[in-house]
Amino acid sequence: MSNIIEFFQNLELLDWIFYLIGGLMIIYSLFAVEAKKVFDSILALSAVSLLSVLLFIVLKAPDVAITEAAVGSGLASAVMIFALFRMKAGEKK
Amino acid sequence: MRRIWAVLISAVFLYFLIASYYPTLPMFGNIDMYRRVSFDYISKSTTKEYQPVEFKKSKDLEDGSANVVTSIVVNYRSFDTLGEVTVLFAAALGVGILANIRKRRIEFEEHKVLATATGIVFPLILLFGAYVFIHGHLTPGGGFPGGTIIALGVLLLMLSKNEFKVTEIAKHTEQIAGSGYVLVGLIGMAIVGVFLANFLPTGVVGNLFSAGVVPIVYTLIGFKVGAELSSLVSEMREGDKA
Repeated sequence: MSNIIEFFQNLELLDWIFYLIGGLMIIYSLFAVEAKKVFDSILALSAVSLLSVLLFIVLKAPDVAITEAAVGSGLASAVMIFALFRMKAGEKK
Repeated sequence: MRRIWAVLISAVFLYFLIASYYPTLPMFGNIDMYRRVSFDYISKSTTKEYQPVEFKKSKDLEDGSANVVTSIVVNYRSFDTLGEVTVLFAAALGVGILANIRKRRIEFEEHKVLATATGIVFPLILLFGAYVFIHGHLTPGGGFPGGTIIALGVLLLMLSKNEFKVTEIAKHTEQIAGSGYVLVGLIGMAIVGVFLANFLPTGVVGNLFSAGVVPIVYTLIGFKVGAELSSLVSEMREGDKA
């Protein structure tokens, strides 16, 4: 237990940013799992990848950050939303 | 009950992560680079002795790209990248087959503000995507993100105009760019003797024409990924032939 207390005493500002973004990512992923509507899950997943872009920038990996911003939060969400529309169009018939 | 188990398991996992695993990791940015394999890649001197690389001064290095990630992805592990491109092609093929089941097209409400703004923003998006993959060996970026940015521009066009369609030209572009990559590899095999080897001179680090074959390969990958992903999104929307 003393390990954990030391761990929180030794944190710096950058570490606090880290854990804030990480905690938000965990909250959004829980929301994506638990949400009633599939559309809300897709939006939460997009938010998770947007937050991970921030983490990648802090970790000095701009290549991965650009790719994640374009693929993860842009194109993947669009493809998933199109697939959702297509599924709904099939259900109505 | 299921949730209680999930919370318990993640609490135990977090405890071990913070208490026992985290203290064994070196602090961020304090790794001794001389003892890592990546050091040789970063100093671009796997054959000769170590010399510091100076921007706009160093000449005739093993690989002339200023961006380390690009030099690893396209120069040292280019065959791997060829495999990745093939995987992306297989994924687009799968979507093309699966999205063919229903022929109903997804329609959007046309919005005048969005349509006007797209006309202004779309050329800028194209320009930025081209910049990302042409300067892939100098600044962060490369073929994959550049192509995806172009595909996102096409997606914006798709959202703003209902009658917009991605034509067959996208597929032809993708085929030509993909076979161009293999062709570059075969030319390297003919000149140097190794598949996908660098056969052009590497100039001064930091210039546009500096990394030999890397800018050519990344431009081809950018065209291929852009065309492929735009036709993937379009197939997802159209259902029938894109």
